[in-house]
Amino acid sequence: MSDRLSVLKTYKLYVGGKFPRSESGRVYEVTDAKGNWLANAPLSSRKDARDAVVAARKAFGGWSGATAYNRGQVLYRVAEMLEGRRDQFVSEVADAEGLSKSKAAAQVDAAIDRWVWYAGWSDKVAQIAGSANPVAGPYFNLSAPEPTGVVAVLAPQESSFLGLVSVIAPAVVTGNTAVVVTSEGAPLPALSLAEVLATSDVPGGVVNILSGRTAELAPPLAAHQDVNAIDLAGADAELAKSLETAAADNLKRVLRPGRVDWTADPGTDRLLAFLETKTVWHPMGV
Amino acid sequence: MTLRYARRYAPLVTMPITVPAYGKEAAGRLASMADVTADDGALRRFLHGLPGVDAVGLQARAATLGTRSIKTTAKAYAIDLAISMIDLTTLEGADTPGKVRALCAKGVSPDPTDRTAPKVAAICVYPDMVATAKEALNGSGIHVASVATAFPAGRAALPVKLADTRDAVAAGADEIDMVIDRGAFLSGRYMSVFEEIKKVKEACARPDGSAAHLKVIFETGELQTYDNVRRVSWLAMLAGADFIKTSTGKVAVNATPPVTLLMLEAVRDFHAATGVQVGVKPAGGIRTTKDAIKYLVMVNETLGEPWLTADWFRFGASSLLNDLLMQRQKLSTGRYSGPDYVTVD
Repeated sequence: MSDRLSVLKTYKLYVGGKFPRSESGRVYEVTDAKGNWLANAPLSSRKDARDAVVAARKAFGGWSGATAYNRGQVLYRVAEMLEGRRDQFVSEVADAEGLSKSKAAAQVDAAIDRWVWYAGWSDKVAQIAGSANPVAGPYFNLSAPEPTGVVAVLAPQESSFLGLVSVIAPAVVTGNTAVVVTSEGAPLPALSLAEVLATSDVPGGVVNILSGRTAELAPPLAAHQDVNAIDLAGADAELAKSLETAAADNLKRVLRPGRVDWTADPGTDRLLAFLETKTVWHPMGV
Repeated sequence: MTLRYARRYAPLVTMPITVPAYGKEAAGRLASMADVTADDGALRRFLHGLPGVDAVGLQARAATLGTRSIKTTAKAYAIDLAISMIDLTTLEGADTPGKVRALCAKGVSPDPTDRTAPKVAAICVYPDMVATAKEALNGSGIHVASVATAFPAGRAALPVKLADTRDAVAAGADEIDMVIDRGAFLSGRYMSVFEEIKKVKEACARPDGSAAHLKVIFETGELQTYDNVRRVSWLAMLAGADFIKTSTGKVAVNATPPVTLLMLEAVRDFHAATGVQVGVKPAGGIRTTKDAIKYLVMVNETLGEPWLTADWFRFGASSLLNDLLMQRQKLSTGRYSGPDYVTVD
């Protein structure tokens, strides 16, 4: 019997719950840390980014309107699915970042744990970000955090999976929808994460994943009038500056990049960065 | 066969001068076709004698014309042209005078942040809202179009339909969108459809001798076959329609590129045979700039430049305008726009 030919995987984008190729038809070569070819990934264009924003906007109403408990359950489900695909992610992360199997496994485990950690925040974030305010009048005065809308996320360039999960989960758990630009050099774990999201009750459009050149995709997203916030985790200093300028045009919320140790305890910063506060005055009964 | 020869040799032999369907001369041109509309039998023979439609070829042609790439300055031109061709429509049971006035204001100045945006062609409302729209549009040059003849079903007695039409014209409508009796057409009573269109056209006349322009809605989604669409297009044009319109927007299947292409071809053939220029209005289901530009390409390739004006081609649409405005903003600012920057209708 002859040797079997293995079947190569065609990595695709994830937009609106579907797996399209890039509108431009372009792909680019993804290599491992040593420069060996791994796969071709779609090289998204600004039109893919535009389509992803439309999908994210369409999904926002349903996702932000779902109960916090329900969103939490959906995200737990994602963690369950990740657990089942652990081996695949371990080998993808090992290839992408040039890690040993055991180090890659530690990264994937940390990523799954982080996903669960953020999922738990869904119905608790209002307790720390909201308040009952004392006012000088017969009113209940309540401030409650609300999702800001469509968040463009530039995923970290180095940490292809743990870093990715650490920027997606906090954005969507509070009810935002996200357009994620993957790590440019290591997009494969992100594109595989899309398959997990598609099979774990996350409504189509809540997370949209684009692979390609960060410097090409980020400017139209930063200037886009229908994007409410942008996370610059994956932008270098020079790019980040121009993106902040572009984002100022429609007063986008901007989360500036900084040196982040993705393995450390994340805290609530990213969770709170994409929330708006709504305050209601309600007459008190006599 | 006669038609094909007529089309091929017409420029050499008769040199027909183009006359608009709403003009005085059109009646004379139609009279030259009087033999085919003399009686029920003649009309049936004529309509059934029209060449059958090659459905696969038609769809392929429409799909091919949809692949043109229209960019930069051409796109900017197409967007402005499309805006100027819109019949901005509200046909809901819940229409209020306030909503109609708001729509009129939007029609006059579609993009308040950019005064260079052209105004729309017309505002399309139910007959009882014509007076409101007329008042709101006073002096703007935008037409008021009114649906009539028991829109959208068309299921009413002829006197009721005519009264409906006269009401709308008396209230000041510049254009009347009538629906044909699909039941009569599908059961083969072509003459009754023909007579009805003629009568409604007469009802469009104003006391001062002018007349409201008549658009005839076929509701192509209910006509089952492409052959029927070709037949009804000829039927309506022979009866004196100024415009032929695909659909009401109230059924599942609305304007599609193949059906619109077929109607454009019918208009082209009718023009070649009689010299009468008739307009076309696809309506319903056209929501994006991309779709609108596909239709404009189709008009240009089928009928040519004389039809690329709001006088001879219209879009029946409501949500299309917002998408056109967002694309327009993208072209002028370089930033993708969003629904927060256009009105919620």
